[in-house]
Amino acid sequence: MRAYASVWRLRFQLGMQYRTAAFAGIATQLFFGFVFIMVYMAFYANGAKSATIDLPDLITYTWLQQIFLTLIMLWYRDNEIFGLIMSGNIAYELCRPCGIYGFWYAKLLGQRLAGATLRYLPLLPIVLVLPKPYRLGFPPSAASFALFLLALILGLFIVVGVSMLIYISVFWTLSPVGSTLMIAVAGEFFAGMVIPVPLMPGWLQNAVNFLPFRWTADFPFRVYSGHIPVREAAAGVAVQLGWVAILVAFGAWLLSRALRRTVIQGG
Amino acid sequence: MIELQGISKSFKVAKRSPGIGQAFKALFAREHTIVHALRDVSFSIGEGEIVGYIGPNGAGKSTSIKVMSGILVPDEGSCRIMGHTPWRDRTEYVRSIGVVFGQRSQLWWDVPVLDSFELLKDIYRIREADYRSNLAMLTETLDLEPILQVPVRQLSLGQRMRCEIAASLLHGPRILFLDEPTIGLDAVSKLAVRKFIRTLNEEKGVTVILTTHDMSDIEALAGRILMIGKGTLLYDGTIEKLRSRFGTERKITVDHEPSEKAPEVPGATLLSWTGERTVLSVDTERNRMADVLSRLTGQIELIDVSVEAKPVDEMIVELYREHRI
Repeated sequence: MRAYASVWRLRFQLGMQYRTAAFAGIATQLFFGFVFIMVYMAFYANGAKSATIDLPDLITYTWLQQIFLTLIMLWYRDNEIFGLIMSGNIAYELCRPCGIYGFWYAKLLGQRLAGATLRYLPLLPIVLVLPKPYRLGFPPSAASFALFLLALILGLFIVVGVSMLIYISVFWTLSPVGSTLMIAVAGEFFAGMVIPVPLMPGWLQNAVNFLPFRWTADFPFRVYSGHIPVREAAAGVAVQLGWVAILVAFGAWLLSRALRRTVIQGG
Repeated sequence: MIELQGISKSFKVAKRSPGIGQAFKALFAREHTIVHALRDVSFSIGEGEIVGYIGPNGAGKSTSIKVMSGILVPDEGSCRIMGHTPWRDRTEYVRSIGVVFGQRSQLWWDVPVLDSFELLKDIYRIREADYRSNLAMLTETLDLEPILQVPVRQLSLGQRMRCEIAASLLHGPRILFLDEPTIGLDAVSKLAVRKFIRTLNEEKGVTVILTTHDMSDIEALAGRILMIGKGTLLYDGTIEKLRSRFGTERKITVDHEPSEKAPEVPGATLLSWTGERTVLSVDTERNRMADVLSRLTGQIELIDVSVEAKPVDEMIVELYREHRI
């Protein structure tokens, strides 16, 4: 356990040194946040009365998406791990006395948390004091907020579980481009990053409920705004736990299979 | 300490002839060739030995190291190292070995060397006291003091290699596998690395298995050579034994006053002649060196003479030739 904590810490430290990337991220996220919100405002002003989510909730949803982007985006990738597999440097990871799955999982967690910290710390105060329609609202109750935090963390575990599958696929494909692109495009859509899940047609929402992606982004953000009430949220957390278990078990099994047939690239 | 019995390992390699037509064909039917990286390799190594593992490129050296360090699973054969089968109880086994891959890096590129070391300390669960004393010993003998705080990307290759070796030894392994540890190093760093390996072996009794293409590494370090070619073990013995097999021949290089024609010396073979320099080869088993030299002085005006035994490099090439690899 100490090894995993240690690699997590080192990766976190490493991620925290990219200040310029953080500034660029802040500007990008504010820009996209405003654009999306303006689009939704125009959309609601022109008679989307039947929508199942109201505008302030949707604005909150949009800001949370932007602020925690690093935690939830699937195309965020650690080239170091791809490099390890493709160049054969994985040889070193294999002669360490700990499981590779946990080791990489901890690394990815650290990296994402560092990236997210660099964004939400400066972004939160900004979006909390914006003028009215654009402002990020507060959660309706302490319970909602606590559940939101829990759901966000579990969502992160799901995202890392899914991205581990992308990394493992490189053992077969030897190129990260295809798997990242496929999972990222499909996953972002199903996570409600393109169209918020509450605005999707009913049949699509049903389909999305059976995939893991929605539980990473859509679910925690709606818990925050109270759009998903506390009781329903608690049940959702249980579903998240189930997905974490499934993804980790499947990933670990797949990795052990991959390693048994490993060829160390490049002599 | 290390026992290999009949280890074989083969890889499936996709094969394709060049050209667009072939590329299209390969889309539908792919041809594979089986490359036998190791064929029925057996040997045993005792505690405290330094063994040089040599062979041409692609002979199977690195594959053997990877099998012995638990990274690759062989197709056949058994391997017992300190009571473990490396690939079966990998995580338990790797605690007691250290591995250096000269062409790869285990240090974190963007952080100071010491951060990588601290991480390894946690990964191997090294006790604080052991870590301190090992680190102090390595820092001193490998002269790491000035570079421990420097990010790895700013180190020279020689500095980095010394750190890599230190990183592999922090947990005090009993066996050290070195896969081309001196590749690309300058003379000073090479000597430093060699001296360190020797000290480690003598003082801590660490068993060392090293692969290299630099025969002076082998000469300086290894009492015993294992030679592998095309996946088969071809030679297992000491350098001295190898010398006595090929070593009766001596090369004489003579600088002399300009002469009209090449000297003719019975019992010696002329290798080259340039007017002012003559190179001869003499088999000392059949001809006495003194006779050859006295015949030589009768014909030309000597300025300088040097006599060399055949370098290990050439013996190795000859061994390769003998086995047609």
